[in-house]
Amino acid sequence: MSAEGGFDPAAPLTPSGNLRRRQLFSRFTDSAATAAAVLAIAVLGIVVYTVASRGADALSLDFVLKGAPAGIGPELAGTAVIVAIATATATPIGVLIALFLSEYAGNRAAHLVKLTMDLMNGLPSIIIGLFIFGLMVDHRQQSGLAGAVALAIIMVPLIARGSGEVLKLVPANLREAADALGVARWRAVLTVVLPSALGGILTATILSVARAAGETAPLIFASSAFDPRDFALNPLEALPNVSVRIYSLSEEANPAGFTEAWGLSLLLISFILFASLGARTLLARGTRKTAR
Amino acid sequence: MSATVTPAALGSGRAPRISSARRRQLDRVGDVLLYGICVAAVLLAVAVLVLIAYQVIHGAQPAISKFGLGFLTGTAWQPNFGVFGAGSLLFGTLVSSFFALLLGAPVAIAIALYLSMLAPAGVRGAIGPLVEMLAAIPSVILGFWGVLVLAPFAHEHVEPFLHGAFGFIPLFGAPETTGSSVFTASLVLAIMVVPIIASVSRDLFLAVPREMQDGASALGATRWEVIRGVVLPSTASGVVAASLLGLGRALGEAIAVAQIIGAGSEIQASLFKTGDTLAARIANQFPGALTEMHKASLYYCGVILLAIGLASNLIAHWIGRRFSFEGGTLR
Repeated sequence: MSAEGGFDPAAPLTPSGNLRRRQLFSRFTDSAATAAAVLAIAVLGIVVYTVASRGADALSLDFVLKGAPAGIGPELAGTAVIVAIATATATPIGVLIALFLSEYAGNRAAHLVKLTMDLMNGLPSIIIGLFIFGLMVDHRQQSGLAGAVALAIIMVPLIARGSGEVLKLVPANLREAADALGVARWRAVLTVVLPSALGGILTATILSVARAAGETAPLIFASSAFDPRDFALNPLEALPNVSVRIYSLSEEANPAGFTEAWGLSLLLISFILFASLGARTLLARGTRKTAR
Repeated sequence: MSATVTPAALGSGRAPRISSARRRQLDRVGDVLLYGICVAAVLLAVAVLVLIAYQVIHGAQPAISKFGLGFLTGTAWQPNFGVFGAGSLLFGTLVSSFFALLLGAPVAIAIALYLSMLAPAGVRGAIGPLVEMLAAIPSVILGFWGVLVLAPFAHEHVEPFLHGAFGFIPLFGAPETTGSSVFTASLVLAIMVVPIIASVSRDLFLAVPREMQDGASALGATRWEVIRGVVLPSTASGVVAASLLGLGRALGEAIAVAQIIGAGSEIQASLFKTGDTLAARIANQFPGALTEMHKASLYYCGVILLAIGLASNLIAHWIGRRFSFEGGTLR
């Protein structure tokens, strides 16, 4: 059977000419988009793998518990203190701002508050460092407390936004039921709205802790003049901390210090990744429960 | 039945119930109190924002009155002689952020398209969070990795290749002796902006009405033509806003850039030379600042940074309001 004219009924039904070109191009862009996603995951994988493989050499019990030169105990303790103070400061403020947005604010006020939060979130952390230096360190001395305040400024918008999102998810009929029973606003907020949003608030807090734990720029101003050999826990002095230590070790260009820095990085990155993954899982479960 | 079970009988073991008058009074106080502390928290946040701007400008005052706007164009930075100009820093900041965006934004938009239109549900649930994990890596670790892993690689492979292929363009000059360069810094910044732009853009793309896309498909459009003709045009300004958020992040990043960029102080056409940015210069020199004028000049750099950062965030917020997305990073 031979084709006469342009039409061959036995030819396979595949597009040709212009349509074929369009489909090929579309397939090409599909694979380009997939490749971009693979690239991002690959970069994440490479960074985590490098940190894990090089940091694993440094890890030991002494490394975690003792001071320099053997270990990094003081940095871990100092970071824990700074982040704990920051969290204790930022969480109530962030949650209260979120409550203001969801329970009290009118459109105009809500818009202004959201703008403030966006701007605060977009502030370069080095600027917050400059601010804290001028406010609490200049003419006085460095302190873990100053570092904690700086980290709190970074955490507040994150907590406010995260909590705001779950407060929005609290079903309106819960509030209406409370209103119908004649429960006062503040009682309804404290006993109905907040408890049902607790999971999401916890998630937002954990995510912001993960962000704050690795923040370096403000701590260079606030808490960098420390002795890595000694444990220091008094927040009124400069506290050793993980991120500044990694920074100064990387600037020193001393191979022995690099091993320590990789070890520190491994601990920090695993804390952050597990905390964010855990928080996300929590959020996913919580959202499913609220939505049901 | 209600007659037999009185509150008093129920509460025999507990404290007596408070009278309804007391209770109403308590509620009024409680309402005012909760509202009051909510407002106080908001005012505190606003005050901190204003204080930050005031403090930074106040710290820069000596340098502002001495150098004026000439600070922006002056390229000499000699702390020993009290001569300061942020021209080369401004240049370095803009160049490194621009190239970070040039490299990062297309990749991020492609990832967002993949996540919103191509990926099967299971894969989407896995890859989305992983991409956002990229934003969770602390900049100090990314910078450290950049110095020890990325910079040598870029220096030995990427830079010579680009120089060989495009060396006639001044942008791709001969590589430096170390791996520290504006180019490496841009690469690291690109890694930082990708997750921000990707997560905002993905939400935008997901919000494009399904009917419009189906309509285009029904008219015979291929997937790319749906993206090109429907998805991208209807979200274009949102994607610009997302990129501005990424830009704000790249401009203000201090630590990773300070580790990588090599603290050069000249304006160079080549990407493979060292350079410096406003934020990195502050991080590098502030702790060991020599004189009050040195400090004030670094504060002045902070003022410039604050102005650019606030401007890009404000524009992004203003554009983003139409799409009602909120902010950039980690959600």
